[in-house]
Amino acid sequence: MRFISDISHKRVPCYRVLDDDGELMTHTNHVQVSKEMAVRMYSEMVTLQTMDNIFYEVQRQGRISFYLTSMGEEAINIASAAALSSDDIILPQYREPGVLLWRGFTLQQFAHQCFGNTNDFGKGRQMPIHYGSNKHNYFTVSSPIATQLPQAVGAAYSLKMDGKSACAVTFCGDGATSEGDFHAGMNFAAVMEAPVIFIIRNNGWAISTPVEDQFRSDGIVVKGQAYGIWSIRVDGNDALAVYSAVHTAREIAIKEQRPVLIEALSYRVGHHSTSDDSTKYRPIDEIEYWKMERSPVNRFKRWVERNGWWSEKDELELRSSVRKQLMHAIQVAEKAQKPPLEDLFTDVYDQLSSNLEEQERLLRKDIEKHPKDYPSDVPL
Amino acid sequence: MSTCVKRLGKWVSLVSKRGLSTSSVQKDASENGVKSLNLYSAINQALHIALDTDPRAYVFGEDVGFGGVFRCTTGLADRFGKNRVFNTPLCEQIVNEAAKFRYRSGNQFNCGGLTIRTPYGAVGHGGHYHSQSPEAFFCHVPGIKVVIPRSPKEAKGLLLSCIRDPNPIVFFEPKWLYRLAVEEVPEDDYMTPLSEAEVIRQGCDITLVGWGAQLSIMEQACLDAEKEGISCELIDLKTLIPWDKETVEASVKKTGRLLISHEAPVTGGFGAEISASILERCFSRLEAPVARVCGLDTPFPLVFEPFYMPTKNKSKIMVGKWICSVHVEFYNVIDDDDDDDDDND
Repeated sequence: MRFISDISHKRVPCYRVLDDDGELMTHTNHVQVSKEMAVRMYSEMVTLQTMDNIFYEVQRQGRISFYLTSMGEEAINIASAAALSSDDIILPQYREPGVLLWRGFTLQQFAHQCFGNTNDFGKGRQMPIHYGSNKHNYFTVSSPIATQLPQAVGAAYSLKMDGKSACAVTFCGDGATSEGDFHAGMNFAAVMEAPVIFIIRNNGWAISTPVEDQFRSDGIVVKGQAYGIWSIRVDGNDALAVYSAVHTAREIAIKEQRPVLIEALSYRVGHHSTSDDSTKYRPIDEIEYWKMERSPVNRFKRWVERNGWWSEKDELELRSSVRKQLMHAIQVAEKAQKPPLEDLFTDVYDQLSSNLEEQERLLRKDIEKHPKDYPSDVPL
Repeated sequence: MSTCVKRLGKWVSLVSKRGLSTSSVQKDASENGVKSLNLYSAINQALHIALDTDPRAYVFGEDVGFGGVFRCTTGLADRFGKNRVFNTPLCEQIVNEAAKFRYRSGNQFNCGGLTIRTPYGAVGHGGHYHSQSPEAFFCHVPGIKVVIPRSPKEAKGLLLSCIRDPNPIVFFEPKWLYRLAVEEVPEDDYMTPLSEAEVIRQGCDITLVGWGAQLSIMEQACLDAEKEGISCELIDLKTLIPWDKETVEASVKKTGRLLISHEAPVTGGFGAEISASILERCFSRLEAPVARVCGLDTPFPLVFEPFYMPTKNKSKIMVGKWICSVHVEFYNVIDDDDDDDDDND
């Protein structure tokens, strides 16, 4: 009689391509990245970082109601997006706006959503950062955690049945793996042989819960095998490693019609959101260390620079241009009209139902009678 | 158990007057593509049609592969393959995901075409989990529709409408009627419109509103009341949300009285919503308070099921009371209140 012990004595290794200094590690195979691709990846990482910094400040000034940054996880965002095709369907959690940025969602569109104005695709109904774009194959973000995982399996199964050469890709954090939906999604994906990639951002913190309190296993990567899923652990702050892992996972998912799990190790440098102050539960030194020494953006920059593909001049131009674009986008979004009142009632169903018609009529009557009870900036 | 069967026998014989029969066996009845079917077979026929007419239609859920616990999915996997008809566990995403997908994405995405079939209601021996009627929960979630059929023919036509509707729908199937209710069902592909109630019995003294299996009980109450000279109008709501207020309103304006009956607990049940809406619209035309004959506010009790249920006689008593203002011992709490008022006068 022999029980399997709770943990293996050997931890699953972490796939890395660049060392902490941005040098290519020896004896590591990886998917080649061209100069053009590398420069674009770096530029988008900087754009994401700048967008986070500025929108965060805009929220602090009270101009938008909420914000949530992806700081520290720029490589997971951008490198995974770069390794995918635009036909692949993304089911995000909420810390992956970089994927949408990569796909062509403009800074202006991000700003419109955060200000909830009439140009927001979501018609001002959801909190800031709940982006979504059908055109970009990017499902609209919803606040509940992990619901996107079984949904991604369904989307992947649909791609499989339609004979498409594409996969579904879903993201979540370490905290989401403790939800029941994680189990449902993983198990369903394996049994149905669905072409789906699960990218789990293990960033150390689920709001205030550290991974030590989250699970007793060797992280998340070991869970894949239990479900019958190919899995890899990757350094999420190494853009080349993320790119290679996702690129290869995509090939496996589509050619072999099976799911793949990627555990990307990283660190949530920002607070969970603007509703959180993480210095209450973690040391500032730890945050600073990951922000400066372990920055995925800086590491990738060193590699790009070393190749002679990027100069300090490029850097200054990029940062100043992105900043200008963002300031302009924010001004435009702030001045844009709010969504019209009718948007309160539409889209509950495909057509306005009779109860909603009745409620809209009554509300309009009341607005006529008591206009001061209602905001004046919503077009009637 | 035997009590239940006896009771069933009674209301099934009543049902047969409406064109249903007691037999649970499929009969090759007639010409013109109409067959005598029970409710589960009618649902099975609708699912065949849905899969046949839409190559991107799928059926999945617990045990659907082998035909389902209630046999509603019999033969589907053999006919359409296990890639389109397969077993899955349940993972609840109705309230936060399916219902809000269209609204929160600004109509960029939606969950149209998702129909969640679920049995509901008493069956004589189900206890807490297998007999409850949670329809009111779902009526309180904007973005989903709630539909409940009363008979095999209705089940087939409504289910096909739900499957083809561009909105997510929870379709409650009256468990008690799966085998019991038998009706002539057209074999062709037909759809019964959603959000349209049906007056299934005309009357002028009081309006009765219900849905699903409860309609059989209410029809018996109507027949009994008729013997006492009371003319009841009976309405099948069919779609609970968004519901057909106009049909109920028109009827109540005619009769001046309304009784709603459902198996679900009375407090916060959908009857309360109907009552409030009709009071708003018909207050000056009402000649009596709106009556509710519903389940009790307890979990569905196994041994006490006959006490819990909104029975025919509970309905009949209310009908009689509201028409004739007769003192009824069962409802003496209400009468005591009336007496107090009298004293004050």
